[in-house]
Amino acid sequence: MKGNEAIGEGAVRAGCRYFFGYPITPQSELTHYLARRLPEVGGLYLQAESEVASINMVYGASGAGARVMTSSSGPGISLMQEGLSFLAGAELPCVVVNMMRGGPGLGNIAPSQADYFQATKGGGHGDYRLIVLAPNSVQEILDLTGKAFELADYYRNPVMVMADGIMAQMMEPVELKNEAQAEIQAKPWAASGMIDHPGSKRIINSCFVIPEEMEAVNIRLKEKYTQILFNEQDSEGYLLEDAEIVLVAFGTVSRICRAVVEKARQLGIPAGLFRPVTLWPFPAEELKRTTGKAKCFLSVEMNMGQMVEDIQLAISGKAPVYHYGRLGGMVPVARDVLQEVQKLYSGGVVK
Amino acid sequence: MKKVFKRPGILKDVPFHYCPGCTHGVAHRLVAEVIEELGIRDTAIGVAPVGCSVFAMDYFEIDMFQASHGRAPAVATGIKRVLPDRVVFTYQGDGDLAAIGTGEFVHAATRGERITAVFINNAIYGMTGGQMAPTTIMGQVTKTTPFGRDREINGFPIRVCEMLAPLEGTAYLARVAVHTPKAIIQAKKFIKRAFEVQLEGLGFSLVEVLSTCPTNWGLSPLEAVKWLEEKMVPYYPLGEYKSPAGGVINA
Ligand SMILES: Cc1ncc(C[n+]2csc(CCOP(=O)(O)OP(=O)(O)O)c2C)c(N)n1
Ligand code: SF4
Ligand SMILES: [Mg+2]
Repeated sequence: MKGNEAIGEGAVRAGCRYFFGYPITPQSELTHYLARRLPEVGGLYLQAESEVASINMVYGASGAGARVMTSSSGPGISLMQEGLSFLAGAELPCVVVNMMRGGPGLGNIAPSQADYFQATKGGGHGDYRLIVLAPNSVQEILDLTGKAFELADYYRNPVMVMADGIMAQMMEPVELKNEAQAEIQAKPWAASGMIDHPGSKRIINSCFVIPEEMEAVNIRLKEKYTQILFNEQDSEGYLLEDAEIVLVAFGTVSRICRAVVEKARQLGIPAGLFRPVTLWPFPAEELKRTTGKAKCFLSVEMNMGQMVEDIQLAISGKAPVYHYGRLGGMVPVARDVLQEVQKLYSGGVVK
Repeated sequence: MKKVFKRPGILKDVPFHYCPGCTHGVAHRLVAEVIEELGIRDTAIGVAPVGCSVFAMDYFEIDMFQASHGRAPAVATGIKRVLPDRVVFTYQGDGDLAAIGTGEFVHAATRGERITAVFINNAIYGMTGGQMAPTTIMGQVTKTTPFGRDREINGFPIRVCEMLAPLEGTAYLARVAVHTPKAIIQAKKFIKRAFEVQLEGLGFSLVEVLSTCPTNWGLSPLEAVKWLEEKMVPYYPLGEYKSPAGGVINA
């Protein structure tokens, strides 16, 4: 199965029945897949007139009680930022896929991780957070898409699944676990018409004119985000126990770095890999635990080093954090990353 | 004594925040009466805009959504596609619908979304303090057209009903006003018809309501009513522009 199709199938299996979106590469196969697949299960694929419209259709469908998603890339995700802020403010669940591409501007359609800041630090206006998941295999795309819907409903918050063109196009065997339909909890807040909840009206809203009321909402949101921060950090470690050089990478790049770590070990360099699965919440607790033997960290990303400060914060200055990145849609080559590791090792950083 | 005139139960019994002489309140009342008379309170879902009427979400005692500026037709599309048997309407100002939300209302209309838009044309941005709206008429003085709307700088106003009429997805289009008792009776009739068209599943329906904004027009409530009659109605002729009953009926 292709990565793009795995997202679609993962969504259908998670009980998602509505997709609103606008065409953009490199996520097109996902929309092609869902345009066929959703009607088979009584769902709806609707092509909107823009990403601005898409995300607001998602807002309406989610507020009406449905499991719903949209997907886009770079420029389209930028257009959705106001809508995402409204969804977060009104506490509506939804899943948004970002198949990242080279930027800024129109950039290109080649693989990139340059939207890390946008996804994890806000993107839209106001005090809010997205839960951000970064799969690194087609199986994980399938599984995390399902998990994204669960998290979205549980926390009543938008969840973003971030990958890139390589992940989207990658073909890998997957195990389709339960055919059985996901169980969707009742939504006692959905504004689906008073016929569903006689006598009491419901409002889907993020507008609180009185500052005291807005602050109370902000405080409630903060408590929710703290809970997410506490409960949902997810990561994977590879040969970390005795690692003196810890590579940190997510998504596509983490696959390359795993090969780099293996190669480094063959050369006698004690390297290990830390892979964040959740980008927000950043898995700081687990990363902190790796600082015992680690002499330095190397963040390998397809951007200018947007993850570096999250690593620095997590390890509280216990070791230096270096960065190796390729930009503009270029993908790091294992050989070059290995060279960087060797340089750090022989350069005396690791003594 | 028999009560022959009362506040519709669908409207919350609180003083509205609208300025004296503002006809947003009249339009609210007409929509509420229509919902009550059609017996659709339990299935009606409203979408309030960004603008003076954002508080419609509090005033209508039915399920409500508050949408971002201009996006109410997209939000309504999402709701209606999930719940096709609900009666979904948007209530939008002219800045909201005809400027920032141009893409959303045109495409909801051309898709033939089975929703109803109540479009309040007051020729101004009320909430933000009286700037030019897409519907501000030629020569009209606003905070951002201090010398009057000028074609060289600002171009021309948008006539929404006329613009939508050729789109096949639109089933019902009408323009009404709420400045005189006679106009109000007519307005209610057309608003009701727009909701009926949705109930019949015929397509997109919209009623444009010419409305006053005495505060930002810088006029007394009475002068505002006169200004609407003399300046707005000639530019925005009242009547049904499209109706399933047939063709374009221009009153
Ligand atoms: C994206 C965005 N841009 C601008 C605003 C500011 N704003 C709030 S209301 C409004 C104009 C509303 O005018 P109109 O739709 O005509 O409604 P009225 O108040 O006249 O009823 C504007 C520009 C906003 N809230 N969001
Ligand atoms: S500013 Fe204008 S539109 Fe807004 S409430 Fe006052 S009179 Fe009505
Ligand atoms: Mg206005």
